[in-house]
Amino acid sequence: MLQLGLSCLLLLHVCVVFGTELSFELPDNDKQCFYEELEKDVKFDLDFQVIAGGNYDVDCFVTDPQNNILYNEKKKQYDSFSHTTTMKGEYKVCFSNEFSTFTHKVVYLDFRHGDEEPLLQSMTRSTALTQLESSCVAIHEILKVVADSQTWYRLREAHDRTKAEHLLERVTYWSIGETVLLFVIGIGQVMMLRSFFADKKGSVLAAT
Amino acid sequence: MMLSVPAAGVLLLLAWIHPGDGLYFHIGETEKKCFIEEIPDETMVIGKYRTQLWDKQTSSFLPSTPGLGMHVEIKDPDTKIILSRQYGSDGRFTFTSHTPGEHQICLHSNSTKMALFAGGKLRVHLDIQVGEHTNNYPEIAAKDKLTELQLRVRQLLDQVEQIQKEQNYQRYREERFRMTSESTNQRVLWWSIAQTLILIVTGIWQMKHLKSFFEAKKLV
Repeated sequence: MLQLGLSCLLLLHVCVVFGTELSFELPDNDKQCFYEELEKDVKFDLDFQVIAGGNYDVDCFVTDPQNNILYNEKKKQYDSFSHTTTMKGEYKVCFSNEFSTFTHKVVYLDFRHGDEEPLLQSMTRSTALTQLESSCVAIHEILKVVADSQTWYRLREAHDRTKAEHLLERVTYWSIGETVLLFVIGIGQVMMLRSFFADKKGSVLAAT
Repeated sequence: MMLSVPAAGVLLLLAWIHPGDGLYFHIGETEKKCFIEEIPDETMVIGKYRTQLWDKQTSSFLPSTPGLGMHVEIKDPDTKIILSRQYGSDGRFTFTSHTPGEHQICLHSNSTKMALFAGGKLRVHLDIQVGEHTNNYPEIAAKDKLTELQLRVRQLLDQVEQIQKEQNYQRYREERFRMTSESTNQRVLWWSIAQTLILIVTGIWQMKHLKSFFEAKKLV
């Protein structure tokens, strides 16, 4: 009984969905690369967004196993790229912040490849689905779209919030700086004018 | 299928731990790579990694290297460390968030043997799953004895629960954003009023002071 149970469990075991989403920090003058081993004729989707740092832009390029460039964009804030592989091998996705001298960036990356694995291995049989099952599949697909949309809004919100916090910081520093500047200039001007008239009383009177 | 119980157990364990080749990247010896996951609270995150060391002799990456470990450090949004552990060359770490926000997952190699890193490259396969993607549905089906349809519905329920958590988190984020914006608005307003007052006061003081100075010098 236990043997049967365990062997059933083994049969039903399935890998997790093939896709990775990551946010990572890209320091200034740095390049970060991610690699993926893919089979032939596999469709992969790449989404990236810059969430924080400087002008919120980054260079990105994708190469295939033979080092042909599939995608190469400079200073992009966000983009989406899809490709069906023509050969098996290691595909490389690189992000470069080499044009920036002192701002480090935070980049969000979503790399999806292949088709979604079925929940259970037994679900791959090609008999027709019942109405209930096809409704479940439809709802599942729609919920995935909802989750993706939420991710999109979460990233845009993080981006806007970073900008707003940056603005607050800059306003604070500028206010303090300008107060100091005003006092220094106000008093400085008066001091300078006084110094012009200090010991030249004789020459001014002589001129008039 | 006739399998001995221990063999089946081992196979299942291996299949469970093996990450199933995800994205990989290269890491240097003392380099620390950090990843940020912005997640709502009470969300489970499972991370699996697999390391491969570059072998100069065969000019390829070895399948696995015993003795090589990775140190995993996870910080919560308040920069408090919630997990700081050493794992072997293949590892799996889990944590559940208790506060919503940006969690930081940092990995660095703990190798003290300089010889191992002579080639200089370590390949790390990483797979991070968040929320309902962490659920192992075949296991749930077996444990609760669910039919296929019940399992599908369970998956839908998990998805909806995760969406709901994300929406609560969005409400919390919007509040923070609103507070920052209102703070900026107030500071700009007070600063404008203060600046006008300072300018007027400085102007009046300058004129008064200079007038009295020139009168004293008998130039006016």
